[in-house]
Amino acid sequence: MKNNVIEVKNVFKYYGEVLAVDGMTLTIHKGETLGLIGHNGAGKSTLFKMMLGLIPQTSGEININGTSVNGGAFRELRRSIGYLPENVVFYENLTGLETLQFFASLKGCILNTCLPLLEKLGLAHAAHRRVDGYSKGMRQRLGFAQALLGKPRILFLDEPTTGLDPEAIREFYTILQELNAQGVTVVITSHILSEIQERVQRLAVLKSGKLHALGTVQELREAVDLPLAIHVQTSCSTDAVEAILQGVALEALILTGNSVVIHCQRNHKMEVLRRLGSLGDALLDVVVKEPTLEDVFLGYAA
Amino acid sequence: MLNIEISQIKIIAAKEFRDRIRNRWVIAVSLIFTAFALAIAYFGSAQQGEVGLRNIEVTIASLVSLVIYLIPLIALILGYDAIVGERERGSLDLLLSMPLTRLELILGKFLGLSAALACATLVGFGLVGLLLAYQIDLNALYHYIGFMVSTILLGMVFLSLAVMVSVIAKDRARASGGAISVWFLFVLVYDLILLGLLVLSGGSFGEEFFPLLLLLNPADIFRILNIFSMEDIKVFYGLATVFPASLSNPWLLSSMMLAWIIMPLTVAFWRFK
Repeated sequence: MKNNVIEVKNVFKYYGEVLAVDGMTLTIHKGETLGLIGHNGAGKSTLFKMMLGLIPQTSGEININGTSVNGGAFRELRRSIGYLPENVVFYENLTGLETLQFFASLKGCILNTCLPLLEKLGLAHAAHRRVDGYSKGMRQRLGFAQALLGKPRILFLDEPTTGLDPEAIREFYTILQELNAQGVTVVITSHILSEIQERVQRLAVLKSGKLHALGTVQELREAVDLPLAIHVQTSCSTDAVEAILQGVALEALILTGNSVVIHCQRNHKMEVLRRLGSLGDALLDVVVKEPTLEDVFLGYAA
Repeated sequence: MLNIEISQIKIIAAKEFRDRIRNRWVIAVSLIFTAFALAIAYFGSAQQGEVGLRNIEVTIASLVSLVIYLIPLIALILGYDAIVGERERGSLDLLLSMPLTRLELILGKFLGLSAALACATLVGFGLVGLLLAYQIDLNALYHYIGFMVSTILLGMVFLSLAVMVSVIAKDRARASGGAISVWFLFVLVYDLILLGLLVLSGGSFGEEFFPLLLLLNPADIFRILNIFSMEDIKVFYGLATVFPASLSNPWLLSSMMLAWIIMPLTVAFWRFK
């Protein structure tokens, strides 16, 4: 299986008596961006740390590029892995450039690449300033720069956009897209689900240490089968709208003034739209809203 | 199984050393050593009603008494934070996600801190050594250099213990408590217990193994190493009466010190998961 970069096979992790990861099996393909979501305590961080070989699993197997993350041979692979921990912490007494150079030397990459990397992340102006004077956003960008050292083939990003302003978040995802185009495999966690739903190819939903669902955003949406919301503006009375929808199975119908919100299952969408079309000129606007990832996620969490 | 990359150890060690130079730790400790050593060299003979730079052997003996308290304390304060500090601040995960093994991290930290302590020792006591140089003959110089080397070894022993405490302790508060306990045990309590046993047993306690018990305390090894080599001085300490010459070989004593450096590091590596 050449295409499988990360293989998690039937992994269990106990902290004393507490079961943190419960029989997880997960395969991550080469060049894909996988989003890992789940509530606090769902096992995300534990899984992350096990995939990086930072903590040993109680049982089961984790391989990256066919190499066990627990063995001595994994050291070489670490050079091609970038990791941005949640709430990344640096040495306050070093400058941004020194920080990057320290990690670059540990990774065995050329020190000359550090300054261009800081430029790319918009930190060139602060390269020679000590990290203790950095804002949260600057630290996060420095963390991302650190993860990009040595042109990694696999990136583990734990809540990477925390503390970034919207502009920086956009830049961050632009860089991520470039890397993705180059075939870099990315595993990313985020609490801001709406932010990652358009940027990941697949999502893994974790719940109580178990892999609860896995698939594309669309697949997950369809699997939980949450109702769509159709927002309608009319010039006629809402009673007329109610009348034409008579007989269609709806989840809910909310009438307020001239606007109507219809909640229906996906398979009834076209029927509802056809009937609305019969309103002719009285129909002013129709917006179909897919359930958001938050809705999907809450649907799974429930 | 143990694949060690020296280059990774060097990177960690260099960072630790540079940090101590930068935050002026090395210069501060050097100054403390210089001040103490000068005061002792100058006022050391005050009990005999004289002041001034006098007998080098008396000076070394006084310095030994000072160093035996000071160096372990400084080394423990320097090292107790090494691993637990990274863990508590949250920088340990990132560090270990690098191509760096736990053993390399421990050794790098230990060697970098040792270099900082050695540097402070050499500068601090070396300066005073230069001042004394005009009245030092070759033999005395040999003793003084021996004193400095053994001081560095003593520092490394307690740094090694500090790194061990730092790996085992759950948090920094516990680590500092552990470090202070180590200091109390080896510097104060251990000798008191031995002394107590000797007194209680009317001096008959363990004539054969009493010297071996002394070898179990790195601070005592340091004292023996420095005092025993000077004929004039060991009489004052009465050491010759309790410590057999057969065990006072400087190489044997130094090997014991080395063992005391290696053992806690081994425990640290074993416990560092």
